[in-house]
Amino acid sequence: MKMPLLQRRTLTLLGVGIVTAALFAYVVLRSGPLAPVSVVTTIVEARSISPALFGIGTVEARFSYKIGPIIAGRIGTIHVDVGDEVKVDQILAEIDPVDLDARIAALDATIGRAEASVKAAEAQVEDALARRGFAQAQAKRFEELWKTRAVSEVAVETRRQDSQVADAALTAARSNLLVAQQELQRNRADRDGLIKQQENLVLRAPVDGVISARKAESGTTMVAGQAVIEMIDPANLWINARFDQIAATGLRRDLPASIALRSRAGTAVPGEIARVEVLADAVTEESLAKVKFATLPQPSPPIGELAEVTVMLPGLPVSAVIPNAAIRNVGGELGVWKIEGGNIRFTTVELGASDLDGLVQVTAGLEVGDEVVVYSASRLVDASRIRIVADPGELLK
Amino acid sequence: MISLAGRDILHSWGKFVFTGVGLGLLIGVTFTMAGVYRGMVDDGKVLLDNSGADMWVVQRNTLGPYAESSSINDDIYRMILAIPGVDRVANVTYLTMQVQRGNADVRAMVVGIASADPSAPGRPPFLVAGRQITRSHYEAVADVAAGFALGDTIIVRRSRYSVVGLTRRTVSSGGDPMVFIPLKDAQEAQFLKDNDAIVRQRRRTGENPEFNRPGVPGLLDAVIASQNSNPYVNAVLVRIKPGYDHERIANDIARWKRLTVYTRSEMEEILIGKLIATSSKQISMFLVILAIVSAAIVAFIIYTLTMDKIREIAVLKLIGTRNRTIASMILQQAIVLGLIGFVVGKITATFAAPLFPKFVLLVTADTVTGLVAVIVICALASVVAIRMALKVDPAEAIGG
Repeated sequence: MKMPLLQRRTLTLLGVGIVTAALFAYVVLRSGPLAPVSVVTTIVEARSISPALFGIGTVEARFSYKIGPIIAGRIGTIHVDVGDEVKVDQILAEIDPVDLDARIAALDATIGRAEASVKAAEAQVEDALARRGFAQAQAKRFEELWKTRAVSEVAVETRRQDSQVADAALTAARSNLLVAQQELQRNRADRDGLIKQQENLVLRAPVDGVISARKAESGTTMVAGQAVIEMIDPANLWINARFDQIAATGLRRDLPASIALRSRAGTAVPGEIARVEVLADAVTEESLAKVKFATLPQPSPPIGELAEVTVMLPGLPVSAVIPNAAIRNVGGELGVWKIEGGNIRFTTVELGASDLDGLVQVTAGLEVGDEVVVYSASRLVDASRIRIVADPGELLK
Repeated sequence: MISLAGRDILHSWGKFVFTGVGLGLLIGVTFTMAGVYRGMVDDGKVLLDNSGADMWVVQRNTLGPYAESSSINDDIYRMILAIPGVDRVANVTYLTMQVQRGNADVRAMVVGIASADPSAPGRPPFLVAGRQITRSHYEAVADVAAGFALGDTIIVRRSRYSVVGLTRRTVSSGGDPMVFIPLKDAQEAQFLKDNDAIVRQRRRTGENPEFNRPGVPGLLDAVIASQNSNPYVNAVLVRIKPGYDHERIANDIARWKRLTVYTRSEMEEILIGKLIATSSKQISMFLVILAIVSAAIVAFIIYTLTMDKIREIAVLKLIGTRNRTIASMILQQAIVLGLIGFVVGKITATFAAPLFPKFVLLVTADTVTGLVAVIVICALASVVAIRMALKVDPAEAIGG
């Protein structure tokens, strides 16, 4: 009776002891420096990747028109508001003429007076002509009479002088007429000038389009060149996109692109690169490009809306490809942890092009079919023991 | 020869084991507390390791970027790259903030990294899922501790980032998980307050007659545009080519570029010696108290256990057992108790460590020190008990 009791007790104790010892062994081996690091591996694949460029930009109008007066003036009336569709030559706004009309009326009066002056001068010319004709006839007659000595020499001299005076008077009258005519011409030119100015006070639409901004209201005084109305052509919207220079290799005209507008998150519309700007942004280190829509989405997006642009580059020839998560930086060298006989060895690699899904070409250092570490539960070092797990979810625990 | 200690333990094994387990829990708490302290220090070290930098260039006379705020122009890196011996440089921004996760928010350190270059310092050193950032905007790699899953949307300020990769043990010195986003987005996030504030700022600027002069059209627009850009980063991470003298390059940058530079050892000194100094001292103080209390309790338990069987010891003496045998019995028991406590403590500490919100690092050296300390304390505690046992009068076995 005594022995079984002792045995049972010993067995229980032994059981507890073994369980504790097992737990302790587990704890020592699975945590701390002796523990293996769980890793997920992948095989280097041979495949073709299609690199893509990613940039963001804003919707801009290809042409935008700023319409304002060419001289300083106060705005009289504005006929259009933001969003109005306008036709070419439609009157958008008028600048208050201030004294322009009065000046034109004054000039009209001046012109009337000048016309009268011209008439008076013409009459003077006729008068002078008549006087000269008479004087010349008198002089001729007295010359004839002088030959027969019927008149005195003095009388002949007097008539000759009269004729010369009448000549001079005619010249003076003709000059007066010319002056009067030029005066009239000048006043008419002045008036034409004012009429032109009056026309310039009317701001007209240069093209068919939509009013995008109304920058001032009636009564505002504008300086010359300041825009009163801004309008755009809504049929010509494009994206002014910016691409980080470090990842802008291969950006060129006519490449297909997909445009995702912020207001339409998740849906992308097709487009293409219309122009790569000659000037890049030196401060932000970005290259600039204009991307046009294949078909403009309706309703058309507001100017200034943010858009993400993904530019698809042509596919590259098949080569060794690894996920970018496999690339590690050890001591300043880029490489991957390669599995060799159950152990890991750091292998430096040279990288080629990459795509937006995180695949990178390996140009040197790895062969197709090599096994490399993609994910690891902690930072790997040369001496790390590894445990390859099939389920990537295990690393997240 | 019969083992007196073994026989005695077997005799009242339940009591003995439970005492051991209780002692083990106490030792486990001590180990965990040591782990909390080590974890704090490790948070700081891992922050420096993860940055992958040999030196940090920060605003002049600041302890940035971790211990103080620092702000330098984002094109300074070009000057530093031109210095001989510099291998790689990268702009970086750090911003500790609440980021939105679904309807709740989580405290995280948002790190802006130069995304496209795989060899640039500052990137997450390894991933546990997903991929590294490939787009220059609106992608994020988050630490698993932040609770995000692949494909989740993180909202920072007014931008939405999709989580494309997950990493582990990338934390700030305060233990907050990191969220890596592209640098340009991070600069914006650091600068943009919120839309209301921007609108108010614009209105304020518009009402300032200095900026809104009637005769100078376009001035206001230009002023507002200049207010809404952020050409600043917190630090430039620098990696040095092998074989170059770090101190000398650091001195060159500090002297000629008029900036403050910290090398790895200086930065470690700042983080551990200054940033977490008080809180780590607090924890280590607590650890010391806990160790003393544990020692006292161990001594007390062994003393009580011996006192419990003082009558049996008297009988042993009565039948002529040698003092050495009795002493070794008590000593052996004390040490076995200590070992049970140690094993249970190590197991509980290891299993409890992942449950803590902040990182708890159980260092092997601490475990070994703990084992030695437990054995020494048990041995010392048994000395008192042994003295009591040896002084007992054999007559007590009959009397009382």
